[in-house]
Amino acid sequence: MAEMTAAGEQPEILFWVGCAGAFDDRYKKVTRAFVKILDALGVKYAVLGTEESCTGDPARRAGNEFLFQMQAMGNITVLNGYGIKKIVTACPHCFNTLKNEYPDLGGTYEVIHHSTYLQQLIDEGKLRVSDGKPFKGRRITFHDSCYLGRGNNIYDAPRNVLEQLDADLVEMKRSRSRGLCCGAGGAQMFKEAERGDKEVNVERTEEALATGCQIVATACPFCMTMMEDGTKHFNKEDQVKVYDLAELIATANDL
Amino acid sequence: MSKQIAFTIFFLAAIGVFGYTISRLRRFFKLTKKDFPLDNIPERIRQTLLVAFGQTKILRRPMIGLMHAFVWWGFLVITIGTAEMMVDGLVGTERFLGKILGPVYTAIMASGDVLAAFIVFACISFLARRYVIKVKRFSGVEMTPTANLDATVALLMILFLMVSLLGMNIAYVKLAGAEKVGVYPVSESLQGLVANIGGSTVAKLHELSWWTHIVLVLVFMNILPYSKHFHVFMSVPNVFFTRLGPYTKLRNMESVTKEVKAMLDPSATIEPQAADAPIPRFGVKDVEDVNWKNYADSLTCTQCGRCTSVCPANTTGKLLSPRKILVDLRHRMNDKGPGLSRDPQYTDGKALVGDYITQEELWACTTCNACVQECPVNIDHVSLIVDMRRSLVMEDSSAPESLVAMFTNIENNGAPWQFSPSDRMRWADDLFSNKAS
Repeated sequence: MAEMTAAGEQPEILFWVGCAGAFDDRYKKVTRAFVKILDALGVKYAVLGTEESCTGDPARRAGNEFLFQMQAMGNITVLNGYGIKKIVTACPHCFNTLKNEYPDLGGTYEVIHHSTYLQQLIDEGKLRVSDGKPFKGRRITFHDSCYLGRGNNIYDAPRNVLEQLDADLVEMKRSRSRGLCCGAGGAQMFKEAERGDKEVNVERTEEALATGCQIVATACPFCMTMMEDGTKHFNKEDQVKVYDLAELIATANDL
Repeated sequence: MSKQIAFTIFFLAAIGVFGYTISRLRRFFKLTKKDFPLDNIPERIRQTLLVAFGQTKILRRPMIGLMHAFVWWGFLVITIGTAEMMVDGLVGTERFLGKILGPVYTAIMASGDVLAAFIVFACISFLARRYVIKVKRFSGVEMTPTANLDATVALLMILFLMVSLLGMNIAYVKLAGAEKVGVYPVSESLQGLVANIGGSTVAKLHELSWWTHIVLVLVFMNILPYSKHFHVFMSVPNVFFTRLGPYTKLRNMESVTKEVKAMLDPSATIEPQAADAPIPRFGVKDVEDVNWKNYADSLTCTQCGRCTSVCPANTTGKLLSPRKILVDLRHRMNDKGPGLSRDPQYTDGKALVGDYITQEELWACTTCNACVQECPVNIDHVSLIVDMRRSLVMEDSSAPESLVAMFTNIENNGAPWQFSPSDRMRWADDLFSNKAS
């Protein structure tokens, strides 16, 4: 972003990578897949790079409002400094915080989740899935992220994107507004679960496996980790793969 | 005339007791915080029409939802008849609305009569769900014997209210004959029951039913505020007062914003606090820290358990039960409220967080908002849970170690994991090398 500003340019979108997108080895692949799509379509985008910092979402959900607001104000200063108008992110937690919570602290932007963004590109006819269709007929189930679905009413966009793959889309028993959490929201990602009979992600993975799917599609870094851990729990990681929407689209287009 | 006097005395006594109850609740509400916005009235009206009157959320479980919806819509039309009975009782008229409303009256009486019969059936079904089928969500630690008794009493009272209403209608149809005002499909079809009974006995049946119904109504009205079934009064207003906006948006803590701004900008002026001003607490530790909407939520909860039945933590065996959070808040107010309303400094050495709700429960929440989504009366469990976490973290510095580590990482590295901020672009390494080649 700094380079673009130095060159006197403004990006169409700011791609908010998020901490998982920057640091989680598995999720970095999603970041790369999404960027490849943007590059292939010639979208003029920028990232903040080292100027990006955690949105503060996990701190806020864990009760540390001070830390959240410190993070938020720091990020808002950077974003406003660059005159950012439009942000796209693949993380529903970053999405929710940037879109719904930053306006209270002086940061108002058009914030779009990558599922919605990909759908827009498809609707505009810019993004097409090539004829090879490696996913044709394969059984895919989509796991709703709470922060995307229940939180922000985004249920159709990821499904519409998946429809492009010409795959056999199946729903889990609990889906859309009734979807079961992966177990990682509300800062659970960063701690051990309380004692109980079962891990939440195991319960959810059971439900996914019950569909007989070969692929679990996700649209959230935390869901991805939890569902992958779940398939490993059942020793199914070779038969059932977990992919983000962006990865599926990039692969389908041989990017 | 003696009936009028007797009724008036009874009516005034019932209103008096009710007035006392309401003033007690008013004192409790005064102990809560004011900070809950009442913006966007058109959206609130829309929510009330859809969720409260239209029953859209309870209908997410279609079969049982529809049964509840008919009980509720029945309640609405039957209440018009009950109000008429009260005026009749006080003034000495008989079915005075009949002459005023005409065909509308006929519709109200006919639907009330049919729905009363349906509600009898529904109450028996609901009791069966509790005692024969034993629906899982009616159990749980917070569902104490008292809580279950509460539900049974409410169902039995409604059952007898409807039986007495039908008894009155059946008798009325026979007594009024051609003079009958309104139409009573069920009671007319049940005339066989009173066909062989003499007129004076039927008249006595009418009086008995009338009194039973009206006494039950006034007694029920006074029991409700002390019962989980207070939702009869609270649901509609609670839905109107819904926390609007996306479920996952948490409300900003303005008190923190002030301090953070002061930290970031040393030249900012901080308004001096009056010396005797109470030091505000961050988050919710006890009942005086909640806002009035949280308390209204706790009074509205009828313990249906839909929240708990979809909670990922609860259904995988963790201690957290969203229903219990609300039940505990209401109990805590009952325990501490009376003392606190006499003396603002009152303490019994206990607190909502710690003695009623454990940390283990609070830390198990994934903030997935499934509870909020399912609550038929728009209770907001998650904001309250996060508010309690806020007091644990910001007042007591008490959080699971791994979360403290996460806080430290964010503070130091700007990421919840221990990675250097200078590595933020490492994901692009391959991409750039690809491009270069």
